[in-house]
Amino acid sequence: MTSGTVISGPRTDADLTLGGFHPASAPDFLPPSVLRSLQLQRLRAIVQRAFDRVPLYRERMRQSGVTPDSLRSLDDVQRLPFTEKTDLRDSYPFGLFASPMSEVVRLHASSGTTGKPTVVAYTREDVEVWASVMVRSFAATGVHRGDIVQNAYGYGLFTGGLGAHYGAEALGATVIPISGGNTDRQIMIMKDFGVTAICCTPSYFVHLIERAAELGVDIKSLPLRIGVFGAEPWTEAMRDHIQASSNLKAFDIYGLSEIIGPGVGIECECQAGLHIFEDHFLMEIIDPSTGLPCPDGVEGELVLTTLSKQAMPIIRYRTHDITAIIPEPCACGRSIRRIRRIGRRSDDMFIIRGVNVFPSQVEAALLAVEGTLPHYQIVLTRDKGLDQMEVQVEVTPEVFGDTIGALERLQRNLAHSIENTLGLRVDIRLVEPHSIQRSEGKAKRVIDRRGETK
Amino acid sequence: MKIPQLSLFLENRPGQLGHPCRELANAGINILTLSLADTQQFGILRLIVRDWKRAKEVLEGAGHVVNVTDVVAIEVPDRPGGMAELMEALESASINIEYMYAFNYRRGNDAAVVIRFDDPDAALAILQKAGFKIVSSTEVFDNMAG
Repeated sequence: MTSGTVISGPRTDADLTLGGFHPASAPDFLPPSVLRSLQLQRLRAIVQRAFDRVPLYRERMRQSGVTPDSLRSLDDVQRLPFTEKTDLRDSYPFGLFASPMSEVVRLHASSGTTGKPTVVAYTREDVEVWASVMVRSFAATGVHRGDIVQNAYGYGLFTGGLGAHYGAEALGATVIPISGGNTDRQIMIMKDFGVTAICCTPSYFVHLIERAAELGVDIKSLPLRIGVFGAEPWTEAMRDHIQASSNLKAFDIYGLSEIIGPGVGIECECQAGLHIFEDHFLMEIIDPSTGLPCPDGVEGELVLTTLSKQAMPIIRYRTHDITAIIPEPCACGRSIRRIRRIGRRSDDMFIIRGVNVFPSQVEAALLAVEGTLPHYQIVLTRDKGLDQMEVQVEVTPEVFGDTIGALERLQRNLAHSIENTLGLRVDIRLVEPHSIQRSEGKAKRVIDRRGETK
Repeated sequence: MKIPQLSLFLENRPGQLGHPCRELANAGINILTLSLADTQQFGILRLIVRDWKRAKEVLEGAGHVVNVTDVVAIEVPDRPGGMAELMEALESASINIEYMYAFNYRRGNDAAVVIRFDDPDAALAILQKAGFKIVSSTEVFDNMAG
């Protein structure tokens, strides 16, 4: 079976109607009681699978005195221990897998908290589930058969490219797997192919708008009508700017590789919060400092449990994304609940050009070159819609080598080391000692000025 | 025969050069000669002063990164071809120059160049053999005002 069979049946005129109900969206409208009982059934199965097959989960559950069969209600999930990003790092590369490699058909990876990436695995069934939630994501935004989808998410270890690709293809849309970068070609293809929907990071789309204007291409005159933007937080102001500068409707999509990739949640046509595909992902909102649950409507950290993932079940994953469950039903009629758009995090991670970055990764890279950790600061700015990251590094007597050549070599080595760790090209600025401000002896590591420009 | 030179890291922005000069002035230290190398983002200020140890302390105390490097000062014959002969002597022995700058070290027209070599000892041996006059630190310190 291929992911293409998720949606079957011949193309009908009804499928081409904009905004109409899409059959793939049916699970979004399950009666709440049915949805909750399905969630509990799946939760018990997945916790049992994790207990049986993953030593780390078994050990943790034993320590906290929980057994899979003691889960009587969905609230019992709160008795299970949390999983942190560091658990994935500590079990690098395959320690959390619940399936033998003979059943794993795909590996992806995202940047970890230090040098090593975080690896995630999928069985064939997992890939199909992933495609199905992406189909439902696209369907919720109004993408349908006949749409030409320009997929400008990066293809590769990053889940964005292939996640969107499989979903759009399974929906029956025409996918252009252009991947990221090469902006001028993106604009040419968008125009010449009559692209109607685009997926990329919101900041990259702002960049496309600006570059199109420079090239004399009027984006507003193109048939583009839907944008599915994610992999980084973006504001309502940015949405207003995007929608005013192009004729498309901009939708926020949410996901993270540890859970599945893109397709954990999506905005519907109401653009009023992100529906979480609760039949596959169990959500909780907790107080990040105490770990205790927050009532619906109260802001806290999103915690997710995969309900159907076979190769790598993830129990109570601390996303560090701050949001709240929206208790009111959505005007679209979906019964799956919504969360508010994510604007900030409870840790120091930031996202640049769709890549997750922890200051600790930058530290590890600087340390690798200099031997001791210099004072540094990360400055994030946005230039023509593109995120820029500059790392300012104080010059120390140990590395100061009297010649310009030696300083430029140091600059280059630091930039290479960071690029090797993050997969991102960054600017290094060497600065004088004590020029980076310290408060209470500790430097503020990240200065984010991206909000100051659009 | 080698002369200790102080190098300071500076960011390339207005006002950065004034600060170390003022610190030295306040400590009563005279700058005998200096040169500035710069890129778009940063620069290196190189200084020769008599009391270099105290100058280093003063500058470090003021928060600068200071590097001490041995350089060689060579008298350059004051006539056309003087500099070319010096360069040729170094070139024929495959001696690499990191950087150099010129200064007057006596009243009159005698000129000298300060050169930073990869291997100053090898350079000194070659230059002395070729008959060039190496200016000692005492001569630099004594013959220049201050």
